[in-house]
Amino acid sequence: MSKTEIWQGTLALMILKTLDTLGPIHGYGIARRIEQISGDRLSLNYGTLYPSLLKLEQEGWIVSEWGVSENNRKAKYYKLTRSGRKQLEREANEWNQTTAIVARFFGPLEEQS
Amino acid sequence: MRKLRAWLLRFKGLFLTHARERDFADELDSHLQMHIDDNISTGMSPQEARRVAIMKLGGVDQAKEAYRDRATIPFLESVVQDLRFTLRQLRRNPAFTVTATVMVALGIGASVAIFAFVDAALIKPLPYQDPSQLLYVTETTPGIPLANFSYPDYLDWKKLNRVFESLDVYNPRGYPISTSTGMEIVDGARVTAGFFRTLGVGPLLGRDFQTGEDLPEAPRTLILSYASWQKRFGGKQEIVGQPITLDETPYTIIGVLPQNFHFAPVENAEFWTTVNPIGTCFTRRSCHSLRGIARLKDGISMEAALADVTRIAKDLEAQYPDSNRNQGATLGPLSRVIVGDVKPMLLLLLAGAALLLLIACINVASLLLVRSETRRRELAVRRALGATRTRLVRQFVIESLVIVVSGTIVGLFGSQWAMQILKGLIPAGMLAGMPYLNDLAFNSRVLLFAIGIAGFGVALFSLTPAIRLASLEMREGMAEGSRGSAGKAWTRIGSKLVILELTTAMVLLVGAGLLGKSFYRLLQVGTNFETKHLITMAIRPPVSAYGEDPQAIALARRIVNEIKNLPGVTSVALTDLLPLTYNSNTDWIRFPGREYSGEHNEVNQRGVSSEYFVTLQAKLLRGRMFTDSDDLSKPKVAVINQTLAKKYFPGEDPIGQRFGDTQLDPKSMKEIIGVVDDIREGTLDSDIWPAYYFPFNQNPDINYSIVVRTPQDEDLIPTVADAIRGIDSRISISSETTMTARVNDAPTVYLRRSAAWLVAGFAAVALLLGVVGLYGVIAYSVTQRTREIGVRIALGAQRASVYGLILKEAGALALAGIVIGTGCAILAASLMRKLLFGTPPWDITTLVGVAAVLGASALLASFLPARRAASVDPISALRAE
Repeated sequence: MSKTEIWQGTLALMILKTLDTLGPIHGYGIARRIEQISGDRLSLNYGTLYPSLLKLEQEGWIVSEWGVSENNRKAKYYKLTRSGRKQLEREANEWNQTTAIVARFFGPLEEQS
Repeated sequence: MRKLRAWLLRFKGLFLTHARERDFADELDSHLQMHIDDNISTGMSPQEARRVAIMKLGGVDQAKEAYRDRATIPFLESVVQDLRFTLRQLRRNPAFTVTATVMVALGIGASVAIFAFVDAALIKPLPYQDPSQLLYVTETTPGIPLANFSYPDYLDWKKLNRVFESLDVYNPRGYPISTSTGMEIVDGARVTAGFFRTLGVGPLLGRDFQTGEDLPEAPRTLILSYASWQKRFGGKQEIVGQPITLDETPYTIIGVLPQNFHFAPVENAEFWTTVNPIGTCFTRRSCHSLRGIARLKDGISMEAALADVTRIAKDLEAQYPDSNRNQGATLGPLSRVIVGDVKPMLLLLLAGAALLLLIACINVASLLLVRSETRRRELAVRRALGATRTRLVRQFVIESLVIVVSGTIVGLFGSQWAMQILKGLIPAGMLAGMPYLNDLAFNSRVLLFAIGIAGFGVALFSLTPAIRLASLEMREGMAEGSRGSAGKAWTRIGSKLVILELTTAMVLLVGAGLLGKSFYRLLQVGTNFETKHLITMAIRPPVSAYGEDPQAIALARRIVNEIKNLPGVTSVALTDLLPLTYNSNTDWIRFPGREYSGEHNEVNQRGVSSEYFVTLQAKLLRGRMFTDSDDLSKPKVAVINQTLAKKYFPGEDPIGQRFGDTQLDPKSMKEIIGVVDDIREGTLDSDIWPAYYFPFNQNPDINYSIVVRTPQDEDLIPTVADAIRGIDSRISISSETTMTARVNDAPTVYLRRSAAWLVAGFAAVALLLGVVGLYGVIAYSVTQRTREIGVRIALGAQRASVYGLILKEAGALALAGIVIGTGCAILAASLMRKLLFGTPPWDITTLVGVAAVLGASALLASFLPARRAASVDPISALRAE
């Protein structure tokens, strides 16, 4: 796995989680939300978001639909599907496990014994 | 599943580009608007807000690019682009497209059609069980490599061999049956009881012959071929168990063979009966009438089998020195006797088609080269704009793919058509001997072959320009007017290709020339009788009425007299075997008063009626011919041919000399009364054997042919046949034809004639393609050298010297092609020596003739560009650059 793929996978998970929390929302909103949650520690190139959204849509986790934004602009809204929600649960679990394992490697030495 | 769904969507994305891109542009637009709105609300100026929004996005076009990569399959997308580009290019240049497609179609069509024949005859397994274990097996004698078995020898081989699972014999035999037009001879075969079990073929209906059913006392049984069952018995199921009378003998039909069964050595035998060993031929070891097939035991090699049967032949020779002297054994794969003489010809044609394909491919490749040359600027520009080398090479691959695929499709349709035409050209008599051609079809092997050569074509066509691309100096391509060195480079490659083309054309032309000459030589072979205006037919009277000698003689006399009195008949005679059939029906002779140590003086023997030599117009060299009164009441006489006279009576007068059988049995002694010119008894390409003729009336037979001489080519066949049937309606007549037709349809003649014509056709196309190729190279070279020629003319060069310049360039190429081609042609011709007759592979007249034709065509092809070169206007040539 190359770095970008890891990044893409993580980004996909963030997108799914965002959609789960906020409900239907447009791409710009997702981007802003990810930056906010990361406490602006993550500088996202917004352009990379869209291929990820397309990929999730092609895989059937999310669907999109044109709608109108809060300040009356036409925008494409993304929504989690039922299978997308299950996928999010699965991936969140996997993520937790992975981070837990990795965390043990980097944790204090005495905990390893 | 999800992944697959995503791939399918992306594949679909290849085609809905416009709608998708507009949709995404809208989405980006709304994204930017929202971002700009937000930015403005934080106090930025509108310009600043927009700049930051775009920066944060990472650029609009970059975003679109990344999005497109995900929406489609980037690799395929560019392939589709290349494909669209290629189609546009090809449409723009229809002359090139059509020429290239036609050439590919021609090459592939010809090769595939010929390959289908090769497949049906040589590759497709025979319709028997485990055909690789099947052999033909037979005895040999010094003069005859495939002598038949004698029945006693066969029984011994069958008993003594340790290598065969089974050994069976067969022989062809016609059966007279009564049809609406009178008695007719139907092809059939007699086999030993295990024949079909050895082949591993079971009957479709009824049963096979059982062990013992081929013994003299067994009731006669018969198995029908599928075709016969359908044609003569309406395909009725109840046929099994029905009686049928053949040759005045009652038979019971016991089975029907499967539809796909065929056995070429007996052509289209309809009636299969058992060998019933009754008669003197079956008790004599010297009467060879049966052909053998065997199935090898598991794990026995062909060499081991040959060693074993050779041992048996040796033992039998020691045991029966009189009859089996010098008799050996031979065997080989059964397919050899099934496919026979057709194999070398088919391989030759396949080689011819392959060469044609090669030349067509080279031509297309050089056309592509010229195109890549004229597109150098386009390529250089694309390269400079960032196209990778792979991308450019892929462009070539796709181009050649389009050409080859369209050419292949056209070629495949053409090959279907060509296959039917070629099969239709085979005379019906020959086709009967090639039952495997019934399976001639466009099958998976043929398709695989077509795909294979198409793949080769794609590789070749993409490789040539790609190699050129590699050597192409890109910057040079961009520069204006710098076509000098690259042009020369192309001319160099092109020249090599043209030499290759001319070489190929030379090989094909020489092949065609040699085959044509062989065919001509074959027809020039002296038959030593007049083959024109001669009607022949085979006659078979019923044994019950004419089996006794006096009856047979009386019938023969009556037939001769009645036909002789027909209007338009000059003379008529009988023979037990027609000339130009084969060297066979031989006798071993011995001369009284000479030392004899048991050797076999094998000579042809023919029983003929009194006017035989007159009817054939064969020259009597000494002595007298037979008369009608040379019959059983007179001492036995014989007329010998010149070869016998020369071989056994060198420097002596043979007239009055006597000879007899190996025992000098007094009943066999004959007095030589005449010497006749060497009537060719065997095929045109075989040697003349010693022969003697005896009067029909001294040893009558009831199986014979009549020969009828007419003053012109009159269609007297029906009249003659009616006259014979008028004498006795029970007489069967078959093989009604003329001697001319027999000559023309003889396999030796037919094979060479058709091979010569087909190869000549290939050669003509090859010549055309080669010359066109030469023209292309020279014409291109002239355009390249226009400036140089202009300078030469401006400096005072004569027009004639300009002609000389160009013609010399073309001449060098043609000469190289001719010289290399001559070498290759001699080599190729030695490989097809089997098909040549009276013509050595290095036949000077053919080589010189072909070289002259090729040279003249090359001259013609280079004359046009040379004239253009000579008429170059120096001023405009210089100004153009």
